[in-house]
Amino acid sequence: MRAEGVAVVVPGDDVDTDVMYPGAYLNIEDPEQMAQYLFEGFDATLRERLVDGTILVVGSNFGIGSSREHVPLAMKGSGVRGLVGRSFARIFYRNCVNLGLAIVACPAAVDVARDGSRIAIDAAGAVEVDGAVFDAPAAPPLVLELGAAGGLVEWTASRLGD
Amino acid sequence: MAHTLVEKILLAHCDADDVRPGDVVTVRCDVVMANDVSGPVAFRAMEKMGADRVFDPERVVMVADHFLPAKDARSAELQARLQHWSEAHGVTYYGQGRGGIEHTLLCEEGWIVPGAVIAGGDSHTCTYGALGAFGTGLGSTDIASCLALGSFWQAVPETIEVELGGRPGRFVTGKDVILAVIAQIGVGGGTNAVLEFVGAGAEALSVDERLAVANMAVEAGSETGIFPADGAVADYLEGRARTEWAAERSDPDALFRQRLHIDLSELEPLVALPHLPGNVTRVSDAGSIPIDQVYIGNCANGTMTDLRQAASVLGGRSVHPRTRAIVVPATQAIWRRAADEGLLDLFVEAGAIVSTPTCGACFGGSNGVLAAGENAVSTTNRNFRGRMGSPESGVYLANAWVAAAAAVAGELVHPGAIA
Repeated sequence: MRAEGVAVVVPGDDVDTDVMYPGAYLNIEDPEQMAQYLFEGFDATLRERLVDGTILVVGSNFGIGSSREHVPLAMKGSGVRGLVGRSFARIFYRNCVNLGLAIVACPAAVDVARDGSRIAIDAAGAVEVDGAVFDAPAAPPLVLELGAAGGLVEWTASRLGD
Repeated sequence: MAHTLVEKILLAHCDADDVRPGDVVTVRCDVVMANDVSGPVAFRAMEKMGADRVFDPERVVMVADHFLPAKDARSAELQARLQHWSEAHGVTYYGQGRGGIEHTLLCEEGWIVPGAVIAGGDSHTCTYGALGAFGTGLGSTDIASCLALGSFWQAVPETIEVELGGRPGRFVTGKDVILAVIAQIGVGGGTNAVLEFVGAGAEALSVDERLAVANMAVEAGSETGIFPADGAVADYLEGRARTEWAAERSDPDALFRQRLHIDLSELEPLVALPHLPGNVTRVSDAGSIPIDQVYIGNCANGTMTDLRQAASVLGGRSVHPRTRAIVVPATQAIWRRAADEGLLDLFVEAGAIVSTPTCGACFGGSNGVLAAGENAVSTTNRNFRGRMGSPESGVYLANAWVAAAAAVAGELVHPGAIA
């Protein structure tokens, strides 16, 4: 799973899924409508900076709380292709993997990345920030397989076809 | 090879010859559950997968509980979608007036047995650990794949053993146990791990109290919080369990990431201050904070135990003039039992309102959300910024004794000062 793009830094640690997509908007089931509420309870101006090909640079324990897939769906719908963070909450991490977003924990890359940095993520174990390469723990084989398929929808579809 | 309880459960639900922490395995589900928020999003993903039927209708449960009763047309459409989809796929559906809040409900209805694996489209699926099951929260695409294939991918978690010793004093509940754990390891301290609660103190907790403990395991980042099944669980499941089960526990020489010890006799009523569940202090150290609303309910704290605790404080007393109080029994069955015991009348006489079972304001959905500048004491599980309404409101998480005492005093106060 690889993704390239331009960094938008989301400041802070323990950023929860409630502030990224408040509960009041959970009665929306159409992913195309979710993007307009992304970061609503955190910093609504952040979403204006997301363009096609954005890589979010985040802190530790990013995405704690609710399993609401509205958050990564809204990110994907806003042009986000991947996330580099110090660490991720478990359900958020797997939701990103399942939706085909490149997601990797790499604190050294987070240390140097700034808004506008060019970032390339290789889920097999590397993050490049403005030409500097940082090692990251490789995702497990099944996670790489999901990424290569395009996400869990495509992976499951291929299993059903067997 | 020695295994922890959760390793044993996962090993029994996958094709691997052995499992070790970090191994990614495909885990078979005994039950797949979703609600009016996670379900419809999952159904869309399932259609994109090209799956037109579920792996086993007997193992699929849908619960309408989040926007219940519907607060607007959009919410009503989610419920309608959940109901119609359930009918079309021949799965069990608990709709308005026939169920309650999913996690309390599925335990009550006998879907959850020790050793089972439950994939739930809700992060508080970890609640099922109270009965010795591996319940874990998943997003909607995961749930769609579970509905189609009956399995999900899972990295085998490490186990953090939490040994509970001693007996809790008055006004100390399961809520305080889990808040103490989160205070100790932090909101990320349980990531890629499960919490396993053992010891004489754990065995002395009732099933209701264990629900409260397991429910907030995810607030430490954990996949689930689990109690090895014992006699209390066997008694609870008598006449309730839908399938046979056998009790398991961790091998004595199993490898744990970490071992914690908490002496329940030293605990005091705790409170998590805004805006993080790990922001925990003693109620007696929190200072006097004026409280605009008290909320007693949620997927693990709208039990008879919680309602009786609240009633023993509110009985013969009145809710403070500046405070609103909302009591939310977790299921229809609990609502009726509380009515039979006279608790609902007692609450209303004190000046509280009694709601139908719903997730409601716990996640800021409806049914009592907060205005800017308001503070609530709530027996729920999250106090993130804006969780129960305005981003400018504050939520203080505490047990039902503390919540009821705050309702009477109009401020955060140790329940010993009231009752």
